[in-house]
Parts: sequence; structure tokens; C-alpha cells
Amino acid sequence: MIEHSSEWLVDEGLRGGAMWSRIVKRGQVLRLTDVEGGASVAGLLFNADFPLERYNMPDTLKAQHIARLTQGHVLYSDMGRVLCSIVADTCGWHDTLTGVGNMASSVEKYGPGDYQALRNDWRRNSRDNLLVELAKYGLGKRDFGPNLNFFVKVGADAEGKLSWVPGNSKPGSYIELRTEMNTLVVLSNTPHPLDPTPSYAVRPLRIGIRLAGPVTADDACRTSCPENERGFALTEAYYL
Amino acid sequence: MALSESSLDPKHAKFDTVLGSGLGFSHVLRRGETFRIVDLEGNQAVDTLFYDAHDPSERYSAVDTIRSQGGIYLSAGSPLMSTEGRIMLEITADTCGRHDTVGGACAAESNQVRYALDKKYMHSCRDNFLLEIANRRPELTKRDLTANINFFMNVPVSPEGELHFDDGISAPGRYVEMRAESDVIVLISNCPQLNNPCNGYDPTPVRLLVWPA
Repeated sequence: MIEHSSEWLVDEGLRGGAMWSRIVKRGQVLRLTDVEGGASVAGLLFNADFPLERYNMPDTLKAQHIARLTQGHVLYSDMGRVLCSIVADTCGWHDTLTGVGNMASSVEKYGPGDYQALRNDWRRNSRDNLLVELAKYGLGKRDFGPNLNFFVKVGADAEGKLSWVPGNSKPGSYIELRTEMNTLVVLSNTPHPLDPTPSYAVRPLRIGIRLAGPVTADDACRTSCPENERGFALTEAYYL
Repeated sequence: MALSESSLDPKHAKFDTVLGSGLGFSHVLRRGETFRIVDLEGNQAVDTLFYDAHDPSERYSAVDTIRSQGGIYLSAGSPLMSTEGRIMLEITADTCGRHDTVGGACAAESNQVRYALDKKYMHSCRDNFLLEIANRRPELTKRDLTANINFFMNVPVSPEGELHFDDGISAPGRYVEMRAESDVIVLISNCPQLNNPCNGYDPTPVRLLVWPA
């Protein structure tokens, strides 16, 4: 069992509909808590020191032979290194195959949700939210690749046909990412475009950061497959 | 898997070339033109990306394509979606039946993770992409490389959330054809991967054809 610090360096809420970003230093644990259940949080990850290196969906999936994300898996950059490890997860399935909604999909589903009418309860979408946050670091559309969808499960049948799985994330469920690199984390907390709920049902998110315990040789994420052993070795070599 | 043939005759193609394995390629397709990739010898992965020719910040999006069609695999009828939610191209004929857009492109660094630390020297699709854009597409850089399509590659996803790299389901002469809905840059790496069955451990040439609108 990994022992992380008991002291939370960051402990803050993120309203439904809102976005967030921060550079999480190497050796910390970022905990995202779906306070009420049913949240959908889109995320992009970058090497904070050199953002041309970023989260790579295909490399993450094929290195570990997975099409979903949970405890024991790691999130790879496009340079063969581990940005973050999923050291805890009480939800069980996080998506990285189905992207985010945009203004057009939001208006089509929920009707107009503009600021003029709704003030700060306006219906933001994750495409625009993430573009705003990316711009604060000099990043933009060209850096916006396939993202993570925390707390979202979209299943596929034998023919690859997708279906939304309701009730995937229970109230209080959380995921913990241990940063193996200095990681720029960009998040947007809006309903997923495949969520069939007809209303714009946003959920609050809790964000916590604390210091991680040491990564031991028998670390569960490191040893979950030979690929991850090599990924950790390459990541450690980067920081020599 | 629905197979669908094309009535287009190679005699009438405006562009017709053979691309050896381990090579990059790029070309501008005009709106209405039809592009065909022929797997000449079978089981050859063709890593492919698309960019809007007038604003390359709009590009092919694997996740928007998957979500839009409600399915993981590409075949005849699949709309290839952009990051702006537009249909860039549509697959109009397919005699293979299933193509991948989850497995991405091989790279020197990911080969080290997937196979062994000493595999870094081996040729890879990302190197093909990078050399092609360095020489011929100054509007693109590594920043623009995103999750691609792997034509003729078989990467099944299980209901339990596992991913497999299986033997190919393509065969000599099978082809996929798509119509451009706007002017697009097509960027290709004819995959040199030798470490998994995506090319049957024997990368081979493909034929590329374009018919006018």
C-alpha cells in the first residue's frame, strides 16, 4: 500500500461547467472526487517543462493493451514516458475514446445557453473550456488531441458499437493520478456529449493535491506490465 | 462487416502511384475528389492523417469520428470527422471491412516501451510523418501529429475494455476509398513496423489513386 502525505497542499472545489488548470509537480498526487456522482471531467496533460510532449491516447492504450483506464494503468506521453500513474480509483472505468462536446453539440442538445441569458450558469462546453485554459500556456487547437474523460464509461460491443453506461461513477468516487513528470493538467467539468440526460446536469468536482509516497521497485503501476517497467525506466532517465 | 466495391476505373485516375513501405507521402485532395488506397500484397497498415488545406488547425479527429458514428471501427459509410465537428471525408467503398483509429502510429520512443529499450533505432511511422512535413508541408510540425487512422489494421476492442493487436483481415488487392468533402491535405506513413502482426511482419507497398470530382 502506497503511503502518501496526509497533508493536502491543494483542496478546492470546481463548479459544474467550469474549467481548471495547474502545473502539478513531479511526485505529487492529484485526486479528483466526483462529489455527487455522475460527473464527466475532460482532461489534457502536457509535460509542463516542454509542452510539445503531451498525453497520447493510442500510446497509452496499446502499451497496456487496454481501451479504458483505471487503477494500475499509467498515462503515456508521445515520447515513451509516463506523465501520470493511476494509483487509486474507486470508480473503475474512465474513458479516453470519445472526446468532448462543443458549442454546436451543446446547443443542439440543450438549446441556447448563452451568458446573456444565464449569466454564470451559462452552458459551457468542454471544447471551448479547454481551448481557453490551453491558451493561458500558449497552447491551442493544434495541441488539442484525444483527451481523457474521467468518470465516464462508454462501452463497446463485439462489433465495436458504442453505448453510454449510466451510473458509472457513484457519489464520492475518486481517481488519484501520481505525477511522474512535471505535468500541466487542464480540466473541464461539463456533461459528456453522449450522456443521454436531456438537461444540462452539471456536477461539482473536488480537487486535491498532496505529496506522493516514494515509487518503490514493486510499485503496482510500474510492475503491472513489462511495458510500464520500460516506461518508468525511460521517465527516470529523462530526469538524470 | 459490410463490404462495398467501387465502380471507379483506374484508367480514369488523375493520380496513380505506388508507395513502398517505410515511406511518407502527402498530397492535397480537392473537394469532391476520390482517394483510394490499395493494399497490394495484403495486411499492410497505412497510417493516415488529414488536415484542412486552408486552415490546418482543423484536422482529422479520431475521437470525434468514433463518437459521431457511435462505433470504434471504420468502414464504408464512416464519416471522417474534424476537430471542428465537420465531415472532412467519407469512406465510400471498402473491400477490407474494418479499419482502426485507436492504435495510433508507431514511434521510436513508443517502440522502446512496447518492445525493448534497444529497439529505438528501428524505423517508425512518426519518423515518416516528421520527414514528410519537414520537407514538403512547412505549415505542419510535430505539434500537429494526432491520433491517426490505420487503414487495413485490425485492433479489436473487447467489451471488457481490452485492446488487442490481431492478425490482419486484409488481403492482396483489397482497397478502401474515400471522397473529400472539402480540400484536405492527406499525410501518410506506409508503416515499417516489424515487431507486431499489423503488417504481417513483412511491410509491403500500397497503391494510391485519385479520381477527379
